[in-house]
Amino acid sequence: MSLGPEHLIIAPILIPFFAGAMMLVYDERQRRAKLTISLIAVAATLLAAMELLVRSKGSELTGNNDIGFYLLGDWAAPYGIVLVVDRLSAMMLVLTGLLALPALLYAAAGWHRQGQHFHSMFQFLLMGVNGAFLTGDLFNLFVFFEVLLAASYGLLLHGGGQFRVRGGLHYIAINLTGSLLFLVGVSLVYGATGTLNMAQLSMMVPVLPEAQRPMFHAGAAIMALAFLIKAGIWPMSFWLPTAYMAGAAPVAAMFAIMTKVGVYVILRLSLLLFGAGAGASAGFGAEVMIAGGMATVVFGFLGVLASQGLGRMAAHLVLVSSGTVLAVGGFVLAGGGAQILAAALFYLLSSTLAISALFLLIEPMSREDGGIAALLALTADAYGLDEREEDRQPEVGLAIPGTLTVLGLSFGACVIALAGLPPLSGFIGKIGILQGLLAEGAETPALSWAFVALLILSGFATLVGLVRVGIQTFWATEGEPPKVLALEIAPVVALIALLIVLTIKADVTLGYMRDTAEAVLQPSIYAEGVLGAPRAAEGEASD
Amino acid sequence: MEMVLSAAIGVLAASGIWLLLRPRTFQVIVGLCLLSYAVNLFIFAMGRITLGAPPIMPRGGFIDPTAYADPLPQALVLTAIVISFATTALFLVVMIASRGLTGTDHVDGQEREP
Repeated sequence: MSLGPEHLIIAPILIPFFAGAMMLVYDERQRRAKLTISLIAVAATLLAAMELLVRSKGSELTGNNDIGFYLLGDWAAPYGIVLVVDRLSAMMLVLTGLLALPALLYAAAGWHRQGQHFHSMFQFLLMGVNGAFLTGDLFNLFVFFEVLLAASYGLLLHGGGQFRVRGGLHYIAINLTGSLLFLVGVSLVYGATGTLNMAQLSMMVPVLPEAQRPMFHAGAAIMALAFLIKAGIWPMSFWLPTAYMAGAAPVAAMFAIMTKVGVYVILRLSLLLFGAGAGASAGFGAEVMIAGGMATVVFGFLGVLASQGLGRMAAHLVLVSSGTVLAVGGFVLAGGGAQILAAALFYLLSSTLAISALFLLIEPMSREDGGIAALLALTADAYGLDEREEDRQPEVGLAIPGTLTVLGLSFGACVIALAGLPPLSGFIGKIGILQGLLAEGAETPALSWAFVALLILSGFATLVGLVRVGIQTFWATEGEPPKVLALEIAPVVALIALLIVLTIKADVTLGYMRDTAEAVLQPSIYAEGVLGAPRAAEGEASD
Repeated sequence: MEMVLSAAIGVLAASGIWLLLRPRTFQVIVGLCLLSYAVNLFIFAMGRITLGAPPIMPRGGFIDPTAYADPLPQALVLTAIVISFATTALFLVVMIASRGLTGTDHVDGQEREP
């Protein structure tokens, strides 16, 4: 067995795993060493993800879509567990890496000192997220979900305090129940089809005996419930704002990817199992996704308007983002076509980056007794938040000049990207979705128009809510501006720079998304590719 | 046999869900435990019920698969048990922390106003 380039596929799982495990041996006081290991691991994971992305583009010969496989234990595809990397999962891997690096840098400014084993849990979270994106097996997906959830429980409680413990209690209870639903769904699917391999399932759905189909549908629906809880669909999203608000800033910034894991799994499985070629099952669940996604967008933007603090507002923006992508997923499943899916993927990328930047901005913005700080203190009183923030030791490090200007500009960029105003990338994503809806809306024109209205309304509500907070913080402040470290603002600036790159290079990114969407809409490529994956032993025998 | 197993799963799941919806953290955790027992039995039942059949086949020769139990659900149950055990232990720790910080065992950290 040689260590060839095909082993790169498992690198995004193994690198965080070993880094996290290694850091458990280090004493808690050796933060610099831990931080170095953590940064190296995240950077290496990001590089591996980028290489996988380049590879997944393939060449003209393979129709611009190369699917990579990794047979764990070298068992042939439907029997063993297989890792699959295609354009969609490679894109999500890169997005995870792009979020993890700024969040880690931000944590280095102080947050990683507030509790134990921050870096290990951070790495295990990355391992779980990357594993969930890579796996091609339903039960393996469950295991990676549990890995990422276990790490997220620890991270959510990082920093301690009554508010976090209470938010964490609800979060854990909800997710444990979700995991049980996942198990019920998986076992129903197994009972009906006799396989857990996603590729084989996709081949079996069209030829499933009629007697088994209701049970398979029930299993898929119960399983989808578990993912929809993670994606924060209304009415299963009431846990989300409190949990995201309770998390420390870098943790919340990283949690921005967690709802997207749910969205990704829903998109992947629904298009793989219930796509156009699925016979009697084609389009199963599309109505639920459209209705649920739209309800989530409504709940999200009403929440943004009703929120008192920026934290709660950002958490509701997470709901708007995942609701939009879910609803578009429903439209695609109902026969919407590749263009709208491509735009939704672009929107997912852009909104996740922007929300992550916003979560990192919240703490520096509310540091002094400005308008928002007073507001937050009031909330803190009401919720019994601990006073840790105020007791913190004076930080050593480089403080930046013109703090309010830099903070204000970054906040402005986030607002523009999230509300979908030109010139930033949020606008491009939204306009793409609108175009797609209006072009293909012939089948269900009323629903399409309703969603168009919702999209525009949600952008407007985002603008109103965030601008209100911005005015209070930046224009209505008196006295000394807050002291913000360069290390705290650099990650935010980096995320915004990514948004700008995404905007300037929109043609390249959108082209990638379009090919991705087309590949995802043809599940037979995925299924046949996975089942035909050659074993390493066979390859060596023929050499 | 089928009736007994399905009744057991049903009773466990129903009690678990009822306890899960109660306001005390201890009731919630017991509810989650009962629910996970129900789910584990359910996974096991999805591999079809066979009595006294081994899950591992001997090497070589033609073997009648109907004489053997499906090994996959058994492996899945094992994984599910370990994972739910670990997460329940973690939940217990958070529950105790919440009890210590708030002084009440209500899930919201405060008693409801009378």
